Amino acid sequence: MTTTTPGPQAVRGAVGVAHTRVEGRDKVTGAARYAGEIPFADLAHGWLVLSTVTRGRIRTVQTAPVLDMPGVLTVLHHGNAPRLNTDYIGMLGTPPDPTSAVFQNDRVPFAGWPVALVVAETPEEAREAAEALVVTYDQEPHETVLVDGHPGAYPAAGHMPAETEKGDLEAQLAASAHVVDARYTTPEEQHSMMEPHAATARWEGGRLEVVDSNQGAGWVQSELATMFSLDASSVRVRSEHIGGGFGSKGLRAHQVSAVMAATALQRPVRVVLTRRQTFSLAGYRSPTTQRIRLGAAPDGRLLALEHRSLNQTSTVYEFVEPSAGVARVLYDADAHRTANHVVRLDVPSPTWMRAPGEAPGSFAIEAALDELAERTGVDPIELRLRNEPHVGPVSGLPFSSHNLAACFREGARRFGWADRDPRPGVRRDGRLLLGTGTAAASFGAGAAPSTALVTAEADRSFTVRIAAADIGTGARTALTLIAADALGTTPEQVHVRIGDSDFGPAMIAGGSMGTRSWAWAVTAAAAELRERLTVTTSVPPEGITVRSDTTAAVGALAQKERHSFGAQFAEVAVDTATGEVRVRRMLGVFAAGRIVNPLTARNQLVGGMTWGISMALHEEAVRDRNTGGHYAPDLAGYHVATHADVPDIEVDWVDDHDPDDPVGIKGVGEIGIVGAAAAVANAVWHATGVRHRDLPIRPDRVLAAPASAGGGAADA
Amino acid sequence: MKEFGYQRARDVTGAVALLAADPDARYLGGGTNLVDLMKTGVERPARLVDVRELPLDRIEPTADGGLRIGATVTNSDLAAHPEVRRRYPALTQAVLAGASGQLRNMATVGGNLLQRTRCGYFTDAAGPCNKRNPGSGCPAVAGEHHNHAVLGASGHCVAVHPSDMGVALTAFDAVVSYESADGPGERPITDLYLPVGDTPHRETALPPGALITHVSLPAAPVAARSRYRKVRERASFAFAIGSVAAALDIEDGRIREARLALGAVASRPWRARAAEAVLTGAPADGATFAAAADAELAAAEPLPDNGYKVPLMRNLVVAVLTELAGRDAR
Repeated sequence: MTTTTPGPQAVRGAVGVAHTRVEGRDKVTGAARYAGEIPFADLAHGWLVLSTVTRGRIRTVQTAPVLDMPGVLTVLHHGNAPRLNTDYIGMLGTPPDPTSAVFQNDRVPFAGWPVALVVAETPEEAREAAEALVVTYDQEPHETVLVDGHPGAYPAAGHMPAETEKGDLEAQLAASAHVVDARYTTPEEQHSMMEPHAATARWEGGRLEVVDSNQGAGWVQSELATMFSLDASSVRVRSEHIGGGFGSKGLRAHQVSAVMAATALQRPVRVVLTRRQTFSLAGYRSPTTQRIRLGAAPDGRLLALEHRSLNQTSTVYEFVEPSAGVARVLYDADAHRTANHVVRLDVPSPTWMRAPGEAPGSFAIEAALDELAERTGVDPIELRLRNEPHVGPVSGLPFSSHNLAACFREGARRFGWADRDPRPGVRRDGRLLLGTGTAAASFGAGAAPSTALVTAEADRSFTVRIAAADIGTGARTALTLIAADALGTTPEQVHVRIGDSDFGPAMIAGGSMGTRSWAWAVTAAAAELRERLTVTTSVPPEGITVRSDTTAAVGALAQKERHSFGAQFAEVAVDTATGEVRVRRMLGVFAAGRIVNPLTARNQLVGGMTWGISMALHEEAVRDRNTGGHYAPDLAGYHVATHADVPDIEVDWVDDHDPDDPVGIKGVGEIGIVGAAAAVANAVWHATGVRHRDLPIRPDRVLAAPASAGGGAADA
Repeated sequence: MKEFGYQRARDVTGAVALLAADPDARYLGGGTNLVDLMKTGVERPARLVDVRELPLDRIEPTADGGLRIGATVTNSDLAAHPEVRRRYPALTQAVLAGASGQLRNMATVGGNLLQRTRCGYFTDAAGPCNKRNPGSGCPAVAGEHHNHAVLGASGHCVAVHPSDMGVALTAFDAVVSYESADGPGERPITDLYLPVGDTPHRETALPPGALITHVSLPAAPVAARSRYRKVRERASFAFAIGSVAAALDIEDGRIREARLALGAVASRPWRARAAEAVLTGAPADGATFAAAADAELAAAEPLPDNGYKVPLMRNLVVAVLTELAGRDAR
């Protein structure tokens, strides 16, 4: 049977109109299945055993008693696991983290390192046996505390140069009328996504199939194929629904160990991480210690800017939290120096976590700007506008669009900034001190090559296939709207299928680049399909499919500074008797390109800002200073903001158009957290007159600060 | 996790008999703490005796003008009870300050009093802890302890009791009734918990296998003007870093009767008798409140990283008493 092609009367204009999630009903009714709950016949369950020592060598793994326990099928460890290929650079330009390439040797580089997998008939049997497994170690001394000025620190590039420098910093500082020289610290932070990592691996018809929770099915597929030395076409990874990722859901120990076990047992094996295990196995945001030096003319114009950051990484993997990178975008100065350094400690490997670099970096630089505003007497917003760069401060490249000023102007109007008394410590509401603060935000707007398949079906509907990932962002819905417009039809006529590596290479859900990259591929395929349909009178039963590949188009994009920008505002109330800080309201105004779905974009931005509150006031993964292992690594011990911590958050955006950009989308996944913690910290200063340069701003830190209510500016 | 048996008790006698027959059995109330601990291997009972269906779910007035609360009354029902709200408002406030709505619907009064500390060393089954594994050591003293005890602790254990409800019950002189293999008994809540000493694994004075059946609140007119305030590191769903249950009866500007209990400072809800002694008969003013707080906190022995609790509790006691004094304060 054939039908005629869609006519020209089809509706346009789905993009920009609020649309509920296309899979929303499935999610709220439980019909949407997540990786850990998809049924498989003959499924076995693996449970990871993690090291209890912080550094050393495995002496023995006493498997015999455990193999006699009920239901136990096998125990995998470095003595019997297959050797993996780890000598490669993956699709994101990074080598694999040895934490994920499990059981390759007897070394233990940190507490919580995977040393064995116990596989049994039920998860309960596997867990019981895993906890009974005796592993003995030769322990070695360890070092797990990040300290400023660590002698082992070295400059490290991570997707950007380690250091940049122009002008004579010391001379400009000496010539400055006002100088800020301050150190800021941020703690270890955990992704804390709602759904922990889970994967089921099985061999089916000669192919390895992995059902997983990840941020890129094709990404995990290519890593697994390389690591296990398999032909890429013989590995398929699916990841349909994902309960959050935030950077932690790439290749991890659960998939690799599940594949090992499925291969050894020749039956499906599922491995699910516990919340506690994610603390050491799934990456985290490194703590940072940062130093900012600003020198300014009397009018606040920056003569000197220095931003240095140090983060920790493991002894087996180098990860740079490039906190100083944000200064390369936000502000220019006659002398400008930035540096990202790392030090290797006996700690788990950190990784990308929502706005890597920008989140902690913006706390430091935006808090320092607030301190400079105080010194110069220039309004914090005016100070930022006076220092807006006209080209990239380091690159010298033009900005594709730079609408930070519009964000501040609109934000100031809505927040009531004009009425603000700049003096700290003078506003009271009963026992509470009140204050307001602001901060700037920026995040890169990149794109990566992707492929997409768009099919005109015989029933006049369309099917889009792309190995995109919807990690809770609403990406599936966004792509539906984009495809509908590109195909000249309604969203109801478009079926978007994602999360399957068989759909071809595509960008991951990461770097705020997912929707921008995927939309590019989808619109390219859709455009070609429409052209085909104009010369085709009928659609065959199998449909007409067009495949796009944006590699060339992305490569041809002009070199520019491409970023989202934003202005963050916060009002806080501080109880100086108890040290409690509570946010009363927040406003974020963003310039983030074309907004595809206002509903889910707002959700993303509110989520980012909420995390900013959490980062400012609550989140902190704690290590025992003696053992170096995590203390209370669960969601009772690691506090993320609750509903009660989240006040009215208002989000809006300004027009942000770049005529040269073929997609116009910038991504809203990360910009929301950038600057948010600084806005809160700056508001705490405005409330109390005390600068809190160490996050989180805990009650004990507020209590320890000098009482300054009603006093003038005080530097702690 | 370890396989375990499960049995639902039909009556109190039967429940107690089941426990007496199996030293590795535990009572299961709402399970909001025990089940978590079973998952992580801290608790490894061979059998659970579910007591939730026992006929202990009533709140009844007593002849002396107090209330008798059944042990399986849920936190939600306790907090919502009109007589609790009217006569012991700090108890309602304390219960509502704890956990979440879902947890309060499951958790029971008896279980709340016997919940275990949330010290991160206690909940990490792989490491040492004198409470979990006697004689293995207390890593908190030289390790992470910023939310640990400043009163009544010992070098063997510095964990704090996590209950909010228990703090209010302690201020109001609640009496805990139980049934054991040797018959019924009762203890004032202020004598329910044992001093830490060198036996932190022995937490209560209840006989082995005892089942809490009721918690009785004596008549306490002073409690009608009472308040619970909890300080925590986020606005909800976190254990206290310090809390206060207080009640004041003021006549002509002088304190006729005062009740004060502190939370998150010790291995048990801490009845502040030294402070009460200062308050009783004194003028209801800021100087009295500060002197009372100082009298109680004079015994504080903070560790290097929890010293903030002393000024925190001082400020909190003064703030809550000042609020309670309200228009009567001079």
